Amino acid sequence: MQQEKDYTQKFDLSLWRKLLRYAPRYKKHLAALAFFMGVNALIDVAFPLLTSYAIDHLITDNGAAPTFFMSRAVEIAQKLLHCPPLTAFIVLYVLLVALSVATIYVFLYLGSVIEVGVCYEIRSQGFQKLQELPFSYYDRMPVGYLMSRMTSDIQRLAETIGWSLLDLCWGVVMLLMCSATMLSINWKLGLAVMLVLPPLGVISVWFERRILKAWRSVRKTNSRITGAFNEGIMGAKTTKTLVREEMNMEEFSGMAQEMRKSSVRAASLNALYLPIVISLGSMATAWALWQGGSQVLTGAMSLGVLQVFVNYTVQFFEPVRNIAGVFSEMQSAQAAAERVMTLLETAPDIVDSPEVIAEFGDAFHPKKENWPEIRGDIDFEHVDFRYQEGEQVLKDFNLRVKAGETIALVGPTGAGKSTVVNLMCRFYEPTAGEIKIDGVDYRKRSQLWLQSNLGYVLQEPRLFSGTIRDNIRYGKLDATDEEIRRAAQLVNAEPFILRMEKGYDTDVGEGGSRLSTGEKQLISFARAILADPRIFVLDEATSSVDTETEVVIQNAIARVLSGRTSFIIAHRLSTVRAADRILVIEDGQIREMGAHRELLRQKGAYYKLYMSQFEEERAQEILGS
Amino acid sequence: MHSRRLRLMGRLIARNRGLFSGAALCTLAAVTADYCTPLLLAETLDHYLSGLPSAMPAFVNRWVDALGGPEYMARHLWIVGLLLVALSCLSGLSNFLRGRWQSQAGENVARDLRSQLYDHIQRLPFSYHVKAETGDLVQRCTSDVDTVRKFLINQLMSILSAILMIAVALTVLLRRNARLALYSMIMVPGLFLFAYLFFKWVVKAFQASDKAEGAMSAVLQENLTGVRVVRAFGRQRYEVEKFKEKSLDFKEKTYRLCRLLNVYWSVSDGMSMLQSCLTLAVCVIFAVRGEITVGTLVVFTSFIGKLLWPIRQLGRILSDAGKSFVSLERIDEILRQPVEPEEPEAVKPPLHGDIVFDHVSFGYDGQRDVLRDMSFTIPAGKTVAILGATGSGKSSVVHLLQRLFAPRSGSITIGGVDIQTIDRSYLRSHVGLVLQEPFLYSKTLRDNVGIALREPEAAAIEQAARDAAALGFILDSESGWDTLVGERGVTLSGGQKQRIAIARTLMKDNDILIFDDSLSAVDTETDAEIRRALKERGKDTTTIIISHRIVTLSQADLILVMEDGRVTQQGTHRELIAKDGLYSRIFNIQTALEAEFQEEVN
Repeated sequence: MQQEKDYTQKFDLSLWRKLLRYAPRYKKHLAALAFFMGVNALIDVAFPLLTSYAIDHLITDNGAAPTFFMSRAVEIAQKLLHCPPLTAFIVLYVLLVALSVATIYVFLYLGSVIEVGVCYEIRSQGFQKLQELPFSYYDRMPVGYLMSRMTSDIQRLAETIGWSLLDLCWGVVMLLMCSATMLSINWKLGLAVMLVLPPLGVISVWFERRILKAWRSVRKTNSRITGAFNEGIMGAKTTKTLVREEMNMEEFSGMAQEMRKSSVRAASLNALYLPIVISLGSMATAWALWQGGSQVLTGAMSLGVLQVFVNYTVQFFEPVRNIAGVFSEMQSAQAAAERVMTLLETAPDIVDSPEVIAEFGDAFHPKKENWPEIRGDIDFEHVDFRYQEGEQVLKDFNLRVKAGETIALVGPTGAGKSTVVNLMCRFYEPTAGEIKIDGVDYRKRSQLWLQSNLGYVLQEPRLFSGTIRDNIRYGKLDATDEEIRRAAQLVNAEPFILRMEKGYDTDVGEGGSRLSTGEKQLISFARAILADPRIFVLDEATSSVDTETEVVIQNAIARVLSGRTSFIIAHRLSTVRAADRILVIEDGQIREMGAHRELLRQKGAYYKLYMSQFEEERAQEILGS
Repeated sequence: MHSRRLRLMGRLIARNRGLFSGAALCTLAAVTADYCTPLLLAETLDHYLSGLPSAMPAFVNRWVDALGGPEYMARHLWIVGLLLVALSCLSGLSNFLRGRWQSQAGENVARDLRSQLYDHIQRLPFSYHVKAETGDLVQRCTSDVDTVRKFLINQLMSILSAILMIAVALTVLLRRNARLALYSMIMVPGLFLFAYLFFKWVVKAFQASDKAEGAMSAVLQENLTGVRVVRAFGRQRYEVEKFKEKSLDFKEKTYRLCRLLNVYWSVSDGMSMLQSCLTLAVCVIFAVRGEITVGTLVVFTSFIGKLLWPIRQLGRILSDAGKSFVSLERIDEILRQPVEPEEPEAVKPPLHGDIVFDHVSFGYDGQRDVLRDMSFTIPAGKTVAILGATGSGKSSVVHLLQRLFAPRSGSITIGGVDIQTIDRSYLRSHVGLVLQEPFLYSKTLRDNVGIALREPEAAAIEQAARDAAALGFILDSESGWDTLVGERGVTLSGGQKQRIAIARTLMKDNDILIFDDSLSAVDTETDAEIRRALKERGKDTTTIIISHRIVTLSQADLILVMEDGRVTQQGTHRELIAKDGLYSRIFNIQTALEAEFQEEVN
């Protein structure tokens, strides 16, 4: 299992650029976003200038005071509207407000288009990738881990791409324009005021990092607490029988206290940051007021201009904070981006060769017209197999199965029964040797060709959300309702289906949770039979169902198997007995092979297994009734 | 119901009232300091720099006069600068303390709620946990607590702060110029209402987006867990299309939500800016007419600027404050469930006497009786095996012995003492029960075996594991004793789990030891091995084994056969095989299999 990395030290811009390649159509949007953000920042810079114009030219009429294009703008408005300067000023102001609202709407629009769109694009490609990756990948990656990559990680990086850039543009333009205006009014004073910027930046970066780190530790503790609740509730019965309540409580109290501590720490850091930044900013304001005020007394500066200065110094910290925030945000989202990137770039280790794809198509675009008919002869020739980083499971495994034959695999857990089946289905490929289907190495055909001719019923039947009908139809997507009914009838699932409130249209719940195990099994048989596969694989369930269902299932199996090549990992006496050939597998080798009676006569491994395993089965039958 | 929730919230706040009132005071101080800055600026512009009359209270002017009057201040503007910095520091300090204290208060409440819930859930009776829905309970303990916490930390003080800001702003502005104050606040109620109503209204869009996300996650989850089915049927393309559809739906729903929010933000931004514009314009008109000074203009524009944001927040907060009360109610529902009562009178007698069931009847929660007028005796120090069909009440018998449930009628005594009078913890500590479906904690194998004791000895842990036939696979595990079990660790097979569960029960000081079908998950040989070890371990321990294995049953001192809530047969192996009944039927399977075998071979 891979550990989740959640923090990377180095900021890596190329990673983000690479990610954007997966959603190329949003590059235009990003450029537009940057542009409108900049425009919005310009408008934000203009508002204090308007106020200053009002003070200097409308109220006090200080003709000498600089107006930064405002008087020009007002004059133009005056000429166009033939109105007094005050009206022109108000019109101008309202226009600016309208412009600002428009840019705000546009950049919010672009931001959400990018966020939602990038999310969708990358998620779609991630999903497609997951459909291509082999089982060995799924063995390594727990489902929860893949889920969080596909949901929260992708969400996170899309947010970062959409909104961080926005903050960055706004911050940079705002900072530049404020500085430029101040320098142009009074470069000495402006420069002096701007002295607070470097410490402001350093402090911001320092805090943003610490705060992010602190929140991360809060989140970690939080997930431990969730785990503790989960365990406390699921294990409550056990806890009671072991009288562990107090000890559990002590452990939990420790965790709850730690949670409090880390949360308060994060909140305090957060609460400390802004006041420090604002206080630092207030020094700039004080300086501007002192120096500027003295100039107002001597007439070197107007009241309005002083007001602009003071205003900008108050606004200064916001862009700085924005920019610092963007960098730490991107740094922390980078871990999510890296995880998603790894998923997108993982190369599947079972692939069809280009020639095979050219002839038979891939998993998404099959060329069915070129697919050869399948008979169902299967040959294992000198097959070796090991799971990744595992020990050898099969060594020089040989087996020849004729079309239509039923093979039962028995033997202890971990002997390699499932491996044989997995290899047959090409869920894994042999590390040496070859598996031939109808005399041809299956690697010379497409995966989809084999798997489309395969029926597969799992020990734990897996259904999908939807109705019973949808689930059976999964075996053959274009099946008519009549075909679906026939399949259900064939495995004798119809009686229970019709007993349900909505019959075939009954919703099975998530993963089929509203059905019993036996019912789920019957549905999965119907699904498999509808596909009408040439090769059938059955991993027989060990969990007990009631006797009546048991009989129904046995009959269903018999019908499903007839006339097909089939492999059964068998646990039940009746299934094993009905097989054409029984393979007793131990340590990746075929220990005994033959028909039921032959093997019994040998009084070997099969006989022993038969006696002990089936004795229990019988006892269960009596007790279960 | 509503008042109950309010009382509950009140109680939570009351326990940390020091911190909460501290935070409230700091809020007041911060608001005051923030508003003093524009006032000081205005005074500087008007009084010190332009020589207009002062707008400050008399005591301030007395200080200024003491220093040398407004002219002195104009020449020494650094004093004003210093005051500005001081005000800003004061506001900063107050804000910091407020943030810290409100977080401490809120986190205290969260910690106490969490601990209380955890403790309470553990103390709830067994019967509650049999029916409990884990997911829902966990949700209540985590996200609902979090909602309450957020309300206390973020929302409560924001509401207070917004109200204080409005109050202070109103007083100051009204005193400066009532008519102007009216103009500059004219859109405030509208802004507030807009925010409030919008967020009430947009809830549906939020829910639709959440629901679409849930549907998408469900498809993803099912695809990932059902990957074998997908591949076996070659349904990759179909799955991609299915996912795309859900993903697209989520995209569209989210997008719709975003569009609504975008409209909200731009419209409310526009309203705020128009209000600022209106304020400035009216100020300018008033100033041109000489009704107000430039300083007053500065005061009005900056006050309004400060006020608009909190107003918008207030509407938003109030519109979803209801959520936290719903969460509180959900939490309270758990806390209202009655726990196992304290029993100060309970006794702690020795437990190695005979166990006697005397006319015991029992049923789960008003359902049909599982045990019906059942009587039997388990002699002290003996090994007793119970055989019974599914649903015959075997498990209920052992649950009653640990007082996980109480009989409806009749009595159960150990050494003559009614177990209903025996101290629960004491009883459970001395009656070892291995459940049919054991739960292992997400800890190491070592911790799991030693889990029942506070400070288990290493030697005892090893011995218990050996006796439970678990030592072999423990040492074979990748990290041996330190192997982590559960969600984040390795998955053990059913038999391995059972053996760990047996080992951890053996660690306790058991007078009575019960195996609720727990040996069935291991193979016959291991079963025998464990029973051999048990025999050597405790000679006087009364052992009860529920099983359907003839070998296991046959070696017991006494066998009880249960059918339909009653003991229908009892005796030794020899006695029972001689009689017709469930036991002899099971026993005869072996003979039948032999016969079948002969038949098949010939």
